[in-house]
Amino acid sequence: MATSYGPPSIWAVIVAAGLATFAIRLSFIHLFGRVEEVPPWLERALVYVPAAVLAALVAPDFAPASATVEAALTPELLGGAAAVAAAWRTEDVLWTVAAGMIGLHVARFLL
Amino acid sequence: MDSRLPPDLRDGIRDALPLLLGIVPFALVAGVEAGLTPLQTIGLSVVVFAGASQLAAIDLLGRDAALGVVVLTVVVVNLRMLMYSASIAPYFRELSARVRAGCAYLLTDQAYALALARYVGDRDRETSTRRPHYYLGVALTLWIVWQAGTVVGVVFGAAVPDSWRLGFAVPLVFLALLVPAVSDAPSLGAAVAAGAVAVVGAGLPFNAGLIVGAVVGVATGIALEGRGVGSTDGDGGGGSDPAEGH
Repeated sequence: MATSYGPPSIWAVIVAAGLATFAIRLSFIHLFGRVEEVPPWLERALVYVPAAVLAALVAPDFAPASATVEAALTPELLGGAAAVAAAWRTEDVLWTVAAGMIGLHVARFLL
Repeated sequence: MDSRLPPDLRDGIRDALPLLLGIVPFALVAGVEAGLTPLQTIGLSVVVFAGASQLAAIDLLGRDAALGVVVLTVVVVNLRMLMYSASIAPYFRELSARVRAGCAYLLTDQAYALALARYVGDRDRETSTRRPHYYLGVALTLWIVWQAGTVVGVVFGAAVPDSWRLGFAVPLVFLALLVPAVSDAPSLGAAVAAGAVAVVGAGLPFNAGLIVGAVVGVATGIALEGRGVGSTDGDGGGGSDPAEGH
C-alpha cells in the first residue's frame, strides 16, 4: 500500500484536506446570523452522503478480480462478510474490525 | 478529577469517557496503516482530525489516486459536518471569533451529538457564557485520546509483521460505519448504486470512480426518497455516530 508520492505532495494533501475540513466545520458557526440554516436541498443530499461515500470507498476493496466463483471467494471477501455480520449485530467498530480480521485469517488458513 | 475545573467542563469530560471505547480502536487503525511516514500519519491526525476521512486519504494515497481526488474525497466524507456546524452555531454565537474557530476545529460527530443534547435541554439563558465549557470538555477529551491513539498505532504498527494484514482494518472500519448508515430503503439504494458504480468505474483515471459513485449514490437515495420508497424518516446520516443512545 506504499504510495509513490513524495513528501511534498503528501504534505500538500494533508494541508489542503485540513483547511477544507476546517472550512466545513467553521462554515455556519462563523456565518450564523447571516445564514440561519442549511438549505433544504443540501440537507436532503447530505443524508445520503455517508452511505454512498462509504460504499464507494469500500466496494472496490472487495470486488472479485474476475466473475468466477473461485475468484470471488477470497479471504478478503469472507473477512468482509464476517465484519458486516458483526457490524449488523453490534454497531460497534471494535467488534466489527475484530470479526473481520479473524474471518480473514481463518479464511486464509482454510482456503 | 480536579475540582478546580469548571463543573460543565468536568461533566463534558465524564460524558466523553464511554465514547473512548469506540474512539481508541479507530485511532489505532488510523495510526497503524502503512504507506505514510509516522510524522505524516500523525500530521494528518492533527491537521484533519476526522477519522473516516483520514482513513480514506491514506487508502487513496496508497492506491496512488490523483491528489485532487484525495482532497475531494476528504471533503465529501466530511460534508456531514456542515449540518453539525449549522445546528450548533446558535449556541456559540456569543463567543469571540477565536474561541468559535477553536470550537469549530474540534467539531466531531460525538462532540456535536453530546453537546447538542445538553444544550437543547438547557433552557437557562444565564448559562450561555458557560456553554463552550461542556462542549470543550467532550471535544478536547476526544482530541487528546484520538492523537494519543494515533501515536500508539504508529509505534505499534511498525512493530507488527506484514503477514498480520493490519492494513485490512481500514476497509473493515469503513464497513463498521457503512452498515449503520444503511438505515432504510433509500440509503440502501444509495449504498448499492454507489458501490456498483465505484466497482465498474475502478479503471477510470485518477480513481474518479469513487467520486462518480458517491454522486450517483446520493442521487439514487434522493430519487428513491422522492418516490416514497420505504421512507421511515430515519437518520440515514447518523451512521458514524457512536454517541447514539447516550
